[in-house]
Amino acid sequence: MINDLITALGAEFVQLSLTPIVIGILAAIACALPGNFLLLRRQALIGDAISHVVLPGIVAAFLVTGTITAVPMMLGAGGAAIVAVVMIEIVKRLGRVEPGAAMGLVFTTLFAAGVLFLEITDTSSVHIDVQHALLGNLESLIWFDAEGWGSLIDPKALATLPPQLPRLAIVLVVIALFIFLFWKELKISTFDAAFAEAVGIRTRTLGFALVVATAIAAVAAFDAVGSIIVIAMFVCPPASARLMTNQLGRQVGWSVIFATISAILGYVFAGYGPGWFGSPYAVSAAGMIATISGLILMLTCLFGPQRKRIGQQAET
Amino acid sequence: MSFLDYFISALFLQAGYNSALVAVGAGLLGLSAGSAGAFIFLRKRALVSDAISHATLPGVGLAFMIMVAFGSDGRWLPGLIIGSAVSSAIGLVMVEWITRKTRLTEDAAIGAVLSVFFGFGIVLLTIIQTMSSGRQAGLENFLLGSTAGMLISEAMTIAIAGALAAGFVFLLRRPMTLVAFDPDYAATTGVNVRNIDLAMMGLALIVTVIGLKIVGLILIVALLIIPPVAARFWTNQVGPMIGIAAGVGGLSGYIGAVLSAAEASLPTGPIIVLVAFGFFLISALFSPLRGGLASWLRHQRFQRRVHRRQGLLSLARREPIYDGLTIRILRRAGMIRADGVATARGRIAAEKAARDEARWAMARRILPDDSAIERYDGLTPIERMMTPDQIAEIDHMIQTAQGAKA
Amino acid sequence: MSSAKLVAESGKILDVAAKDAPLTVRGLTVSYGNKPAVFSVDASIPAGSMTAIIGPNGAGKSTFLKGALGVVPRLSGEIRIFGKLFDEARDRVAYVPQRASVDWDFPARVIDVVLMGLYGSVGLFRLWRARHKQQAMECLKRVGMSDFADRQVGQLSGGQQQRVFLARALAQNAEFYLLDEPFAGVDAATERAIVSVLKELKSEGRTVVCVHHDLSTVAEYFDRVLLINVRRIAEGPVETTFTAENLQETYGGRLAATHIDELHLA
Repeated sequence: MINDLITALGAEFVQLSLTPIVIGILAAIACALPGNFLLLRRQALIGDAISHVVLPGIVAAFLVTGTITAVPMMLGAGGAAIVAVVMIEIVKRLGRVEPGAAMGLVFTTLFAAGVLFLEITDTSSVHIDVQHALLGNLESLIWFDAEGWGSLIDPKALATLPPQLPRLAIVLVVIALFIFLFWKELKISTFDAAFAEAVGIRTRTLGFALVVATAIAAVAAFDAVGSIIVIAMFVCPPASARLMTNQLGRQVGWSVIFATISAILGYVFAGYGPGWFGSPYAVSAAGMIATISGLILMLTCLFGPQRKRIGQQAET
Repeated sequence: MSFLDYFISALFLQAGYNSALVAVGAGLLGLSAGSAGAFIFLRKRALVSDAISHATLPGVGLAFMIMVAFGSDGRWLPGLIIGSAVSSAIGLVMVEWITRKTRLTEDAAIGAVLSVFFGFGIVLLTIIQTMSSGRQAGLENFLLGSTAGMLISEAMTIAIAGALAAGFVFLLRRPMTLVAFDPDYAATTGVNVRNIDLAMMGLALIVTVIGLKIVGLILIVALLIIPPVAARFWTNQVGPMIGIAAGVGGLSGYIGAVLSAAEASLPTGPIIVLVAFGFFLISALFSPLRGGLASWLRHQRFQRRVHRRQGLLSLARREPIYDGLTIRILRRAGMIRADGVATARGRIAAEKAARDEARWAMARRILPDDSAIERYDGLTPIERMMTPDQIAEIDHMIQTAQGAKA
Repeated sequence: MSSAKLVAESGKILDVAAKDAPLTVRGLTVSYGNKPAVFSVDASIPAGSMTAIIGPNGAGKSTFLKGALGVVPRLSGEIRIFGKLFDEARDRVAYVPQRASVDWDFPARVIDVVLMGLYGSVGLFRLWRARHKQQAMECLKRVGMSDFADRQVGQLSGGQQQRVFLARALAQNAEFYLLDEPFAGVDAATERAIVSVLKELKSEGRTVVCVHHDLSTVAEYFDRVLLINVRRIAEGPVETTFTAENLQETYGGRLAATHIDELHLA
């Protein structure tokens, strides 16, 4: 039995599947962590808006630098996310419109601008296209030089890991650290902004920092896994987690678990699932991970112990 | 023929039957999207339409697969539209269900439905790509829209459906206005709010599915959102706002389609969205009613008036003034000298402000129900809001009160 | 002579005397859009007093409180708390927002909310510890809610939620308490409990300010009033300031003469 498992998880697994799975997990958790606070602040769709503006950010970075290396692309995408957030704020204030409409206006416009620039400039020599931005290329992030589990302790093989893996690991650490260090402030200002302001928490700065963390997660994750997973992971695991518990700490814990399960099962079903039906082709891992997270949400909506709104609500 | 020549001829529908039909179709689509979007905007549910549009993708994929299974080539537009309508209707029901049955809020439900449906749709598309008939399906075009190589029958379908949707909005405009403006009141007049809400979202759904081919499912939501936001800057009334939104949407669709027909490399959907954004930008900056420029000027003027008034009152009470802005304003007006002492002019103005203040205070006491009291902004001189007779009475009361104290 | 003596009718604050009062406000104007919610209000709250802020709905009572604490931006005005800027005196102040201003569906237990009041004493990058929990439990005991410590806040009644808010303020151990509508929509038992805690605070020499809307209990609960209707109408001790004439000016025709008669005022 154990031998079977070892064969199934043998050298080929390490080479072809280990890194995509790990990258998927890292990306899912990096998005789910800030997603918890976005959910409670009624800003779940900020993640949606940000992941749409990643494409124009990359295109802008390409237009400026003429290359598609990782660093300028990530800076461009991060910059676009911040531009988008500032624009949303301006539209909201100027037009005195609801946040949803302001978001919809800004992200569609920026996305349209990105697609237009992509079409009218000659980007055929390089590999950026809309599909890539939406879907990522999780399946292609394989570890060529891995020869088995032993490679995990082989410095030479480790040096050839897909660069997305260490990048996402660093981003995840930064985001986790941000949330851990500012746990009190995030919790208080999310629950009661006026009180937070009165005890000296800079709620606006903190809110902006949360959005920046969201943008960093979105930008780091999209390159590996595409925008769809990013949006799904911002919303679905935290939403499922909220239906499991009434304590913020546990909610965050559950969201990490759900994100991990989605990433693993999604990748496995996408890669191996079609084989069970006799098809030689794999399906989109990004799409499957999003689908699994949706199924988990469906289950928690039906059976989550804290799924119902109970007790007296504060009247308006 | 230069781009400009072509653009101008296309603008006046002289660039060939096909592109004229596409432009008219896009215009009608924009018209119905703008007006339907206006109701959704007023109901504050703009992003529900984002969930609807993303939720079309699995339907497109499944419809294609079913049509192929029955031996057709799978690209028949009405079939794909029906499929997308069914799956986005399911998405809409899911948003409602999650919001009603669980403690999750609508924004979370929207985010979940749009990402999961879209993700599942992508899974289906990758399956279709592996099907022998799927390789040239061109279903990716539904993501961003394309009018290149559109069949005349397809353009016809879109134009007719767009006209029907616009007619639908026109028929339902009265109950939808009621519900968008004040759902509670609408309910008391016998309007079924739930059904009207459903009809509103149904319209968004119709606009979305007929717009898929031209604008694409990622951007179609812009046609529902941007025109009403732009329209809101020009008016505070529901009726005109819907008209303006319809106009902005229609023009955006029409001009965008013409532009992209004139220059084949320009993708239709993004162009239409950017034209709409142009309308928004002009409205947001320059509308005299709620535009940014006008609001900013108004706010600056108001702040200056407040500081001027408070400074004058301080002068009248012979209190020192600390606020930097107040000092600057009074100095520039020649009311105080550099050392902060009031000039002759300043003393007169201060006295006048103090008298006005005292008159208003007395007015609140003796005429509490006068409409001027309700409308008073704290700054307008009493002469402009009350009759000389009223003011004379107020002055009389002030003298009596002072006499009593003395 | 009290440290913040007022020259009554003229509406002028003696600058020097009010210097170290818990709250001194000069010319506070806050405006949403171009209509001021609070216009050029002066006020001075003496130490050890218990003041009710009174005025009709939409008259800017809550906005006055928020403007004074910088929770909403002000158009003009100078604020001093214990003679200092609010930033320098923050740990001497406890603010209790309106209960309806927060989302009670938030995933937190009663004890978690009270712990928020100890924010100032926990320190940057640190978390609440056992001794903080003990302190929080004592505050819950003072408002009679210690049995509910582990309850999710959404499961509480309105009155219980208000008590939790008060416990959170007690945890701040401040010298100056500002409460926004603490009696709105609460049951009679809660109202009694809150009043007795507030009176305790006063007897310990602390200062209390409440936005209040029930005119019939003003004289019983408070010793001073601040009447606001966008502007300051009057401020001073209940006996001399809470008069029929001032109320008529504050509420205009909305407060019928018969209602004022029922208050049995001077």
